[in-house]
Amino acid sequence: MSRTTDEIIDEITGPGIPIRGNDIDTDAIIPARFMKCVTFEGLGEYAFYDERYDADGNTRPHPFNDERHSQAKVLLVNSNFGCGSSREHAPQALAKWGIEAVVGESFAEIFAGNCTAMGIPAMTMDHDKIEELMHIVESEPATVLSVRVREQIVQADRRVFEGSIPPASRNSLLGGTWDSTALLLSRRDAIRETAERLPYLNDFVRG
Amino acid sequence: MGRSLFNKVWDLHKVRTLENGQDQLFIGLHLIHEVTSPQAFQMLKERGLDVLHPERTFATVDHIVPTAAQSRPFSDGLAEEMMKALEQNTREYDIEFFNLESGDQGIVHIIGPELGLTQPGITIACGDSHTSTHGAFGAIGFGIGTSQIRDVLASQCMAISRPKVRRIQVDGKLQPGVYAKDIILKIIADLGVKGGLGYAYEYAGSAVHDLSMEGRMTICNMSIEGGARVGYVNPDDTTIEYVRGRRYAPKGEAFDRAVEYWKSIASDADAEYDDVYTLDANTLEPMITWGTNPGQAIGLGEETPAVDSMPPEQREVAAKAYRHMELQEGQSMEGVPIDVAFLGSCTNSRISDLREAASIVKGRRVKPGVRAFVVPGSMRIARQAEEEGLMKTFEDAGFEWRGAGCSMCLGMNPDKLQGREICASSSNRNFIGRQGAPGGRTLLMSPAMVAAAAVNGHVTDVRELKTREPEPVGA
Repeated sequence: MSRTTDEIIDEITGPGIPIRGNDIDTDAIIPARFMKCVTFEGLGEYAFYDERYDADGNTRPHPFNDERHSQAKVLLVNSNFGCGSSREHAPQALAKWGIEAVVGESFAEIFAGNCTAMGIPAMTMDHDKIEELMHIVESEPATVLSVRVREQIVQADRRVFEGSIPPASRNSLLGGTWDSTALLLSRRDAIRETAERLPYLNDFVRG
Repeated sequence: MGRSLFNKVWDLHKVRTLENGQDQLFIGLHLIHEVTSPQAFQMLKERGLDVLHPERTFATVDHIVPTAAQSRPFSDGLAEEMMKALEQNTREYDIEFFNLESGDQGIVHIIGPELGLTQPGITIACGDSHTSTHGAFGAIGFGIGTSQIRDVLASQCMAISRPKVRRIQVDGKLQPGVYAKDIILKIIADLGVKGGLGYAYEYAGSAVHDLSMEGRMTICNMSIEGGARVGYVNPDDTTIEYVRGRRYAPKGEAFDRAVEYWKSIASDADAEYDDVYTLDANTLEPMITWGTNPGQAIGLGEETPAVDSMPPEQREVAAKAYRHMELQEGQSMEGVPIDVAFLGSCTNSRISDLREAASIVKGRRVKPGVRAFVVPGSMRIARQAEEEGLMKTFEDAGFEWRGAGCSMCLGMNPDKLQGREICASSSNRNFIGRQGAPGGRTLLMSPAMVAAAAVNGHVTDVRELKTREPEPVGA
C-alpha cells in the first residue's frame, strides 16, 4: 500500500486478523534489533518476529504465519495495544505486512498518533464487540470487514459494530491532512510570531 | 482559578488551533538520534523541505553505539550505516551533533539536561518515548514517532491534542535504601500501565521536591510506562541551581530574567487538576518487578500476587508473565537468582545513581558467575565517575566499565542477554525480549538494588547491605 500524502481515508475494506492479548508492546510488534535500518522498507517480515519464530527460526503458530490471514488488512487487538517505545517502526512493520486499519479496545497514545500520521485509522471498540469480531474472523478468515471512518463502524457481513475514532484523527483522515507537515507549514507567519514571544528564544527579554 | 504549569506552557507555545481540532504546538527544543531520524530526513528530502530551526535541533548517538569497542567503523555494519546517516544529515542541515569525538556524547535524555539545553518552561520533542524525562525541569517533553520528527524538523511544530493533567502528590520522606525509582514503580503498579492514557502527570509533594534533579528525572522518565506521555515537576531552587552555569544555560543578567520566567510558569497554588492521586513516601519500600511490564511490581516485603485476585483484564497478561519469568504466585522476590546485573539507561545511569551503587559494592565482590556491568549515561558522567574513583570501585568489585549509550536497556548494540538469562536491571522496561534475547528475563529495580543483587547473586534487600559493613574481600 502506498498513499499520496493528501489522500482522503474513509473506508478500509479487507479480511481481518486477530492478535489477542492486552498490553502488547511495540518491542513485541517489532523487536529493537530489526530497527537497525535507515528506511522502513522490508520491516513487514519482522512484525511480531519473536512470537512467529522460535530461537532456531522455525515458525510457530501465530496469526501472522497463518496462510488463511495472509490477505488481511484489518488488525483486531485488545487493550493498550502498542504501549512502550515510541518507535514508528511498529506501525510501519504492520503496514508493510499489509495492515491498513487497526481496531481495538484501546491504544497507547504515541502508537495511535503514529498510526494516524501514517494514514492508518485506529478505531476503538468495546471489549465484547472486539471479541465478537475476533470470533468471526477466526472462524471465517475470509470474511471481508469494512472499517468506515466517517460512520465510526466496522461492518462484517451484514452486521454493524460501532466504534470510535478521536475527532481530531477522524477529521485528519477524512480531510486528507493526516500527514500534517504541509498543514503545519501553511502558516509560517504564525510559527514566527510564536517564536518571537517565547522568552527563551529572545534572551528572556520578551514574554 | 489558577493554572497548572502544563497549561501555561502549552498556551504559550500554541501557534493556533488546526482545522481538525488539534493544536499546532511550537517545539522549543528538538533532540534527535540515529534510530528514529534517518527516515524523517529522507521524507524531508523527498519533499524538498529544509529544517526550519537547525539551531534548536541537537543530535547525539546512543541506541546503537557499542559500549565496548567504539572505534570506527563499528564492527556491526548496520550500526555503522546508521551512524553515517546521522553524520551526513547533521552536516547537510547544519545541526549540532554530539558525536563520540565531542566528549559530550551520551543518552539523549541525559545530555540534554547535562548541557543545559533542557530548561524550565520549554517544549521538547524527541523520537523516543522517554522524552518525558525532561519534565523534571518543568519542561514539557513529548516522545514522538518518525512522521512527527519530520513535522518538527520541517516546521518546528507538532499537531497534538491537549491532554488532561493529573497531579500525583507524594508526601512524606523516603527511608534509607528507598529511591526515586521506587516511587515511580509504585505509582505505575498502583495506577497501571495504561492508567495515564490521555494524561500529563504533575509530580508534586515533599518527597518529590526533596529529590535531586537526577531523582526527579528518574520519576519523569518512566511516566510513559504508566501510559502518560508527559510527566513533569514544577521548577524550584533545586532546578535553578542545577541549570545555572551549564553550557547552554542563559548567562549573567539573562539568567536572572530566566529565573523570573521559570518561577512564573510553575503551577499556581490554586491550579485546577483533572485528577489527583496521592502516595505516602514514608511507608514505601524498595520495589521490584516480577512480571513482563513495569506495572507488575511489588514491594520487597510483599509476595507476588495471585492471578485470581487481579481484575479480569489483567489475568491473562499476568499468567503469561509468570510462565515467562518462571516465578510462582505468592512467592517472595528476595533470593531470586540473577545472571546479569545492568547499571545503566536513561532512567538510572547518572552520577548519583553510580555513587549510590558504588557505595554498596565498595569492598565487596560481584558473585562469581554473575556478569555485571556499568554503562554510564554520558561521556561526562563517565569522566566524573572516573575522577571520583567510582570506576575503580566498580572494577575492583568485578564490574565491567563501559562507554556511554543505551546498551542493554533495549539490546540494539552488542550488549544483550543470552538465552534465558535473568537480569537485575536499573532500566525502564521488562517487556519480553526487551534486553535483546527473546527468552531473556528482566527484573526492574533501583541502581542500589542492582548493586546488591550483583554482590549476592540474587535479589537482595539493599537496606541490609547498607547497614552492614562489607566482609573483607577474599574472606
